[in-house]
Amino acid sequence: MSADTLSMHDESALHSHEEHCHHDMNEIKVFGFWIYLMTDCILFATIFATFAVLMPNTAGGPGASGLFDLKFVLVETLLLLFSSITYGFVILGMHKNKMGLVQFWLFITFLFGLGFVAMELWEFNHLIHQGAGPQRSGFLSGFFGLVGTHGLHVTCGLIWILCMMIHLSRRGLTEHNQARLMCLSLFWHFLDVVWICVFSVVYLFGAIL
Amino acid sequence: MSHPSSHDTSIGGASHGSYTSYIIGFLLCVVLTAIPFGVVMMSDLSKIAMVWVIVLAAVAQIYVQLYFFLHLDTSSEQRWNVIAFIFSVVIMFVVVAGSIWIMAELNYFMM
Repeated sequence: MSADTLSMHDESALHSHEEHCHHDMNEIKVFGFWIYLMTDCILFATIFATFAVLMPNTAGGPGASGLFDLKFVLVETLLLLFSSITYGFVILGMHKNKMGLVQFWLFITFLFGLGFVAMELWEFNHLIHQGAGPQRSGFLSGFFGLVGTHGLHVTCGLIWILCMMIHLSRRGLTEHNQARLMCLSLFWHFLDVVWICVFSVVYLFGAIL
Repeated sequence: MSHPSSHDTSIGGASHGSYTSYIIGFLLCVVLTAIPFGVVMMSDLSKIAMVWVIVLAAVAQIYVQLYFFLHLDTSSEQRWNVIAFIFSVVIMFVVVAGSIWIMAELNYFMM
């Protein structure tokens, strides 16, 4: 009998210890993901530096001013901003443990992100048909490299959102899936922060300098 | 969510905010986006003034997003995230400013 209680006690202690470990593990995962994002920041910094250096080298081709439609860029920016706040609602839904809310807002975030990528692809296509493709000048190579890298990140984010929706529908809001949702949250908001730099440096500076 | 302003912490030490804080952050971002676009599209300020407006609005909006959306703040759970971020900002500054400086000098001396 005493051995019985002892083992029960052990088990519950073990269980709470395990839970604690899980919690710590998730903290470490999210922190590790943050470190990845910082390296991604440095990747973007190098591409921004390249773009800044190449910006004046238009090789007789089109320059930045007059090439881009700022209203179009403003709509893109707003789409990304809306997708940021809807992802915020995903996280709030997760903390309330409401699966329906999480899936609904993930889907809305996906639609906004998809709209953004579609607009960007349309813009690229439009530029290439105008004869302003990436091979036209150093400036345009820098432009396609920078904006394209950001667009590629957003596309990866979209695929991740789809994977997350499948994970969630199969396993529910488990601790693993919560850590994944937190990492995706950091990733998605981080992309919006990078976009602030993109529209300021590429489009707005481009329009006035 | 009975305490909309509470700062409960969750995994990763990130405080997860509330509807109110997300909406405030969102509205600030909309304003900080509208200002530089409005200035470039509609006003006739000098170029230097426009550059300043764009830079200040961008820095302010990055700060707003880091604080309201990424929940980066000075709390102790966030300390290592902030330290990693500050370190990255230093590296980014060196990479961007250094490249522009070197290439501009090179351009100047090759002319």
